[in-house]
Amino acid sequence: MAKADFEVPELKKHIEVPRVEEGTMAHLSPYVAKPDHQNGVGYPEELVENWHEKTLQAMDDVRKKYRSFQVYLDACVKCGSCTDKCHYFLGTGDPKNMPVGRQDLLRKVYRRYFTLPGKYFPKLVGAEDLTRETLDDWYSYYHQCSQCRRCSVFCPYGIDTAEISMAAREILDRVGYGQKYCNEIIAKVHKIGNNLGLPGPALLDTLEGLEEDVFDETGVEVKFPLDQEGADILLVTPSADFFAEPHVDGLMGYGKVFHEAGVSWTLSTTASEAANFGMFIGSYENMRRISLRVRQAAKELGVKRIVFGECGHAWRVAYSFLNTLAGPFDFLDPKYPVPQHICEFTYDLIRKGKLNLDKSANDEMVLTFHDSCNVARASRMGDQPGGQFTIPREVIKASCNHYVDMHHDTIHEKTFCCGGGGGLLTDDLMEIRVKGAKPRMTALQNVIQENGVTHMAAICAICKSQFSKMLPFYGMEMDQIVSVHQLVSNAIILTGQKTDEDAEENATEEA
Amino acid sequence: MSFLTIVFALLFYAATAILVIGIGYRISTYAKAPAPLKIPTTPAPTTKPGVVLRLFREVVFFESLFKGSKWTWLFSMLFHAGLALVLLRHVRYFQHDVWLPIQLIQPFGIYAGFALALGLIGLFMRRILVDRVRYISAPSDYLMLILLFLIGLSGLAMKFVVHTDVIAVKDFFLGLMTFSWSPLPADFLLIVHLLLVAILMIIFPFSKLLHAPGIFFSPSRNQVDDSREKRHIAPWAKQLEE
Repeated sequence: MAKADFEVPELKKHIEVPRVEEGTMAHLSPYVAKPDHQNGVGYPEELVENWHEKTLQAMDDVRKKYRSFQVYLDACVKCGSCTDKCHYFLGTGDPKNMPVGRQDLLRKVYRRYFTLPGKYFPKLVGAEDLTRETLDDWYSYYHQCSQCRRCSVFCPYGIDTAEISMAAREILDRVGYGQKYCNEIIAKVHKIGNNLGLPGPALLDTLEGLEEDVFDETGVEVKFPLDQEGADILLVTPSADFFAEPHVDGLMGYGKVFHEAGVSWTLSTTASEAANFGMFIGSYENMRRISLRVRQAAKELGVKRIVFGECGHAWRVAYSFLNTLAGPFDFLDPKYPVPQHICEFTYDLIRKGKLNLDKSANDEMVLTFHDSCNVARASRMGDQPGGQFTIPREVIKASCNHYVDMHHDTIHEKTFCCGGGGGLLTDDLMEIRVKGAKPRMTALQNVIQENGVTHMAAICAICKSQFSKMLPFYGMEMDQIVSVHQLVSNAIILTGQKTDEDAEENATEEA
Repeated sequence: MSFLTIVFALLFYAATAILVIGIGYRISTYAKAPAPLKIPTTPAPTTKPGVVLRLFREVVFFESLFKGSKWTWLFSMLFHAGLALVLLRHVRYFQHDVWLPIQLIQPFGIYAGFALALGLIGLFMRRILVDRVRYISAPSDYLMLILLFLIGLSGLAMKFVVHTDVIAVKDFFLGLMTFSWSPLPADFLLIVHLLLVAILMIIFPFSKLLHAPGIFFSPSRNQVDDSREKRHIAPWAKQLEE
C-alpha cells in the first residue's frame, strides 16, 4: 500500500453514493502559478488589484463567446440527475463536487450580476456576491474537476460541467490566479515542443534506444524516425510515451505496426506532444497555438497523413477541435481522415489481415479495458457513432485470448474517469486523485475477483500515469495497467522475426 | 366593464408581452453567442436528421434524465406530459370553433390534471428528502413547484368542486384576442388560477424555466459529430487567423 496523509477510501462491492458532507475537500487547492508561468501563457502575473471588476468582465466576455456557458448557466433546473454521477463526489461526499454544486459556484455569481431576479432578490434565487473567498472557492473546486463529461451524459439539457470548469479556469487565469501545473506545462510546450521539456537530442537518444530494444527482441530493424522529411505519416504522441511505463511499450507497438504496414512515418521534435493542456484551462488561444505546431510540423515534413498516439484529451482536441483550430488540412491526402487515431490505423490493418498477431503471447494476462473519458464522451473513432468503444476493444481482442468487460454502468459512455484528468495529474492534488479513482478501482476490483482479470488496458497517457500511482493505494500492483499497443507489440510477429528457438540459440552463443 | 375585468385584461396583455419578448430576447442571446468548438456528448449522431431525432428523444422522452434518475424521470414525465395535455385542453378557450383534436382530448385532459399534480408532489418530495437535491435547492426551486401545484389545484377545483362559468371565461379570452373585451366572472378560484398563471408567464423568461428553449441551443445535444469532415469555425475565432 502506498502511503498517504489522508484516508484512502475502502473499496466495497458496489459503488455507493455517499451522504452529503459539506466542506470535506475545501482544504485542497493546487499550487498557484508563479509570475513566470503566468507570463508564459499570456496572463497577468498575479491576482490583479481590480479583480472584482475584471472577473465580471471576463465572465461577461466568456458568455458572449461561448454559447455553451450562457445556455448551461441558464438552463439548469436543479433536478439532481447529475448529483451522484461525478467520481469526485462519489469519492468525497463534498456537495461542491456534485456537478451541479460545482456549476453553482459560478452560477450564483452569474445570477447576482447578470440576471434580474439575482440583482433584486438574490436570496430567493440563490444568488451570491462575488468576494475574494469566492475566487478561492472557484480555484479549489474547479481544480477538482477532471472535465470528463460524465455528468453531461445524464443531464436532460446536456449541461457539461467541463465547459463550466474550463470557463472558470479561463476567468481565473485572466485575473492572474492560474494553476502552476497546467500553465508551467503549456509554457514548456510553447518553448520546447512537449510537456516534459524533452529537447530534440534527448528524443533522438530515446528513439535509438527503442530501435535497439526492438532489434534485440525480434532481430528486425524497426525504425523510430525523428524529423524525417517526406515520410507518409506524422505521428503525434504524448511525450510520456518516450520514457514512462507502460506508455513506452505502447510506442514500441506503434513502431512495429507502422513497420508491418510498410508505410514510412516520423515523429517531430517541434510537435513531440499530443497533449494540449490549453483545453484544460479553457484557453482557445493557447489551445490554438499548441495545435498549430502540429500543422506546421506536417507542412514542414511534407507528410500525407497525421496519426495520433494513445492519449485521451489529446484525441478530443485532435478529433473534435484540430480541424477548427489548425485547419483546413487540404494539403494532406484526402483519402484519410485528419487526424487518425493509432487504434483506427491498427484496426484497419487487422481487418485487412495484414498483421500477424499471436494472441498467446498475452496468455499470462486476463484483460479488461478502461474507456478513457475524453475518448468515450468527446470524440469518435471510425465512421460509426460508438466506434471509440468497439475499435480499441477489437484491437485488444485481436491481440489476446482473455478479455472481460467491467460493469456496464462503468464503461462506454458511462465510463468513470481515472481521477487524474483535466490538469489534475499533479502531486499537490493527490488526495482528490486517490478519492476520485475509487469508482474505477471498485469496478476493476470486481472483475479481478469475479473474472480473474489481471490487467487493465488504456489508451490515454494520463490514465496510465494515474493508474500506475493509484493501483498501489488500493492494494493492487502498479504494473497492472498496460497500453493497448503494448498488447499489440507483444502479440505481433514481424515479417522476418526470429522465433523463440532462435532467441534461445543466440542466448547460448552469447553465454 | 368591471374593474376586475380591466385589471385582468391588462395583466394578461402585459404577461403575454413579457413572456414573448422575454423569451425572444433570451433566444436571441443564445443564437447570437457562437459555439466555437464541436462539443457534442458522444456517441453523437453524424447527420442533421440524426441530431433532430436525438433532440426529439430528449424533449419528448427525457432520454438523458431516464439514464440519470428513474424516480425523477417518472415524476417529471407525469408532470410534463400532464401539463402538455392540460395546455392542449385549454386551447378551446382561445378558439371560436374548436379543432377536432382539441375536442377529442378533452376527457383525457382531466386525468392529465391529476398526473400533473402527482408529478409535482413527487418532485417536491424528492427535493426535500434526497440530501443531494436538498443541498442544491434555492427557495425559488420550491416556490416554482408550489406555484405550479397551486395552478393545477385551482384548476382541478374548478372542474370538480366549484364550477365556474367556462363559457364566460372563453368569451373573456376571445375578447382579449380580438380587443373587444367581455366580462370576467368574479369567481374566487378562477381569479386565483388566472393570477398565478399570469405570474408564471411573467417570471418564465427570468427563471430556470428557460430550460425549455435552452435545450434546443445546448451544443452537447444539438451538434452533428462531423468535426473531421467539416471545418467548424466561429466568427471571433476566424479573426485570430487574419
